[in-house]
Amino acid sequence: MQFMLLFSRQGKLRLQKWYVPLSDKEKKKITRELVQTVLARKPKMCSFLEWRDLKIVYKRYASLYFCCAIEDQDNELITLEIIHRYVELLDKYFGSVCELDIIFNFEKAYFILDEFLLGGEVQETSKKNVLKAIEQADLLQEFQKLL
Amino acid sequence: MCRDLATEVEKLLLQPSAYVRKKAVLTAVHMIRKAPELSDIFLPPCAQLLHEHHHGILLGTITLITELCERSPAALKHFRKMVPQLVHILRTVVTTGYSKEHSISGVSDPFLQVQILRLLRILGRNHEESSETMNDLLAQVATNTDTSRNAGNAVLFETVLTIMDIRSAAGLRVLAVNILGRFLLNTDRNIRYVALTSLLRLVQSDHSAVQRHRPTVVECLREPDGSLSRRALELSLALVNSSNVQAMIQELQGFLESCPPDLQADCASGILLAAERFAPTKRWHIDTTLRVLTTAGTHVRDDAVASLTQLIGGAQELHAYSVRRLYSALAEDISQQPLVQAATWCIGEYGDLLLEGSCEETEPLQVEEEEVLALLERVLQSHMSLPATRGYALTALVKLSTRLRGDNRIRQVVSIYRSCLDVELQQRAVEYNTLFQKYDHMRAAILEKIPLVERGGSQVDEEAKESKETAQLSEAAPVPTEPQASKLLDLLDLLDGPSGDAQHPRPLDPTPGSALIHLLNLPCAPPPPAPIPNLKVFEREGLQLDLSFVRPPGTPTLLLITVTATNTSGGDVTHFICQAAVPKSFQLQLQAPSGDTVPAQGGLPMTQLLRILNPKKAPLRLKLRLTYNHFGQSVQEIFEVNNLPVEAWQ
Repeated sequence: MQFMLLFSRQGKLRLQKWYVPLSDKEKKKITRELVQTVLARKPKMCSFLEWRDLKIVYKRYASLYFCCAIEDQDNELITLEIIHRYVELLDKYFGSVCELDIIFNFEKAYFILDEFLLGGEVQETSKKNVLKAIEQADLLQEFQKLL
Repeated sequence: MCRDLATEVEKLLLQPSAYVRKKAVLTAVHMIRKAPELSDIFLPPCAQLLHEHHHGILLGTITLITELCERSPAALKHFRKMVPQLVHILRTVVTTGYSKEHSISGVSDPFLQVQILRLLRILGRNHEESSETMNDLLAQVATNTDTSRNAGNAVLFETVLTIMDIRSAAGLRVLAVNILGRFLLNTDRNIRYVALTSLLRLVQSDHSAVQRHRPTVVECLREPDGSLSRRALELSLALVNSSNVQAMIQELQGFLESCPPDLQADCASGILLAAERFAPTKRWHIDTTLRVLTTAGTHVRDDAVASLTQLIGGAQELHAYSVRRLYSALAEDISQQPLVQAATWCIGEYGDLLLEGSCEETEPLQVEEEEVLALLERVLQSHMSLPATRGYALTALVKLSTRLRGDNRIRQVVSIYRSCLDVELQQRAVEYNTLFQKYDHMRAAILEKIPLVERGGSQVDEEAKESKETAQLSEAAPVPTEPQASKLLDLLDLLDGPSGDAQHPRPLDPTPGSALIHLLNLPCAPPPPAPIPNLKVFEREGLQLDLSFVRPPGTPTLLLITVTATNTSGGDVTHFICQAAVPKSFQLQLQAPSGDTVPAQGGLPMTQLLRILNPKKAPLRLKLRLTYNHFGQSVQEIFEVNNLPVEAWQ
């Protein structure tokens, strides 16, 4: 995977994770273009589109669009599964997640993403393990606060 | 940085904590991507890591091996030995029952399965042995995966890709194509998209298998979804072959009418290409092209007009038919530029057939001369017409002047455009006007029907080269007249050496001979005595011109002619200038004459030397032009030298 973007129906970016080195200006440009393209898609259209030389896989959950850019040789259907797995993880962690949770606890969202994907590749296929790792990290934080 | 930390990462790969190892493996993946030479460091641990039970580490290891194999062929060979082990791992994963941690909707750990399948694809590519080992497993995965949910479909998709890429058994390939066919019928759009993409990749290698799914593919053309219809269009174009071309083109034309503009260009060029390759009859081809031009005229490729004119020109029997169809199309709509250009060209060429009466293949269409002229004038005046189109229309009008009966109207129009602001049109109008006035006798010959231009030959019009506007489309050029054209034109050709385009006769006023005569000061080798007889070529009122020929033995292609002018009359001949012209394949050099006066009463004759090079040993033709003053009158004579001795050029 090259990058993952989360944005709302109004086009506001909630989360961005880049797995390739790009300058800030380029990132902004890509984000702007991609958000426009994805938001222009009608509801019944398929979840894949070609953009520049990448394949874009996107899925809409409630008011949020989860958008991933993958390379030519990657499997689009499994990317849909990746997106779904991430949403499940968020759901499990926050308990019935909604956009507000991600807005107010974006650092936790990033942590979960980092436990699930590393460098654009899936690192942990077991939901339990990912959540366990997050819990441990949370405990460490609490512990630090107490000290 | 990667190189410095590589050894650290390697150590971390052996750490007891699974958490750390998992991350270390993926770090290694990225290091390989950045610095491929580190693969030596990370190759050895892979074998051991494959024995891991932890899915995360296993997944990372598979990714690492994939990276290594993609980057270095040596690694590829090394890991081919592990194919049995990988097969075993995958089998275990597949046959594991439901595991709460790893399963997604009935499929156990699809991420791992997909990754292993991808690695197997890379390892089995072009390698018989590995492919054979995988065959059973792939068949098992293909048949046993639950396809009700996306996860299962993802695994199945990856399996199909792998089967297609390795050297699999024929039965397995058939299975794969069938799976793709099933995907195509799935209601889920994503699945259909994925199926179309894979079929596109397959169509080169397994054409017949994909053909079976043609109807479904054509169905997908009607999808409102842009990505799907684009894929369906590409696949349909790839599936056109000689047996289904008519049905397919029908469908594609229906699509062309309703598709979004960005796809129209691709669709139009695709249809035209397919029509070119597989057209069963010329008439069908013309029909198809015409339909494409009327539907999507503005989006066709630039050479569509050229191909159409070429096609029509070549189909002798269809001239009447095509000109009628094009005329009716043009009468309805003059905004689509390629159509207008093709139609005006056709009307110009075959206008007489249009007016003739009925043609069996179309409904009877009574067309009056006036209507045709009115239509062409409309095209000329319309602000929608490109400059190139207007050029076409003007040329067509002039051509019609020979084909139709009354040409007063045409003359009027042409003279109006002599003061047009567009330089290209103005130039053409002036030239055509000159044609009407001074060279009316040659008009018929010049405006004869164009012989068929060779496809791929120089299509660039001479006019276009001269014009200031850059014509965007290459026009079917009026070809220089064939040798069978009238002798008059041939002589024109001789004198008009540099331009070579008889459609634009330059005014024949005498130009000071520099264009035609190359006066070079060459040291003249004394011509050895030659047995070629002299020739008397001209005689008028005492002035006589003789030619003597010499062929120097050393140079077989060279001919030296000495022109001798003698005057036996009572008056001097003054300001005598002799110019010569030869056909294009020859090279002519005139040397300075001995003088320009030939005194009377048998005075000193004037001589001039001509050097002619004849590399192709073609029959020599020579034309001479004399200007002089004799008896107070200025005389100009042009004549061709006949009965040149054969030895002069053989």
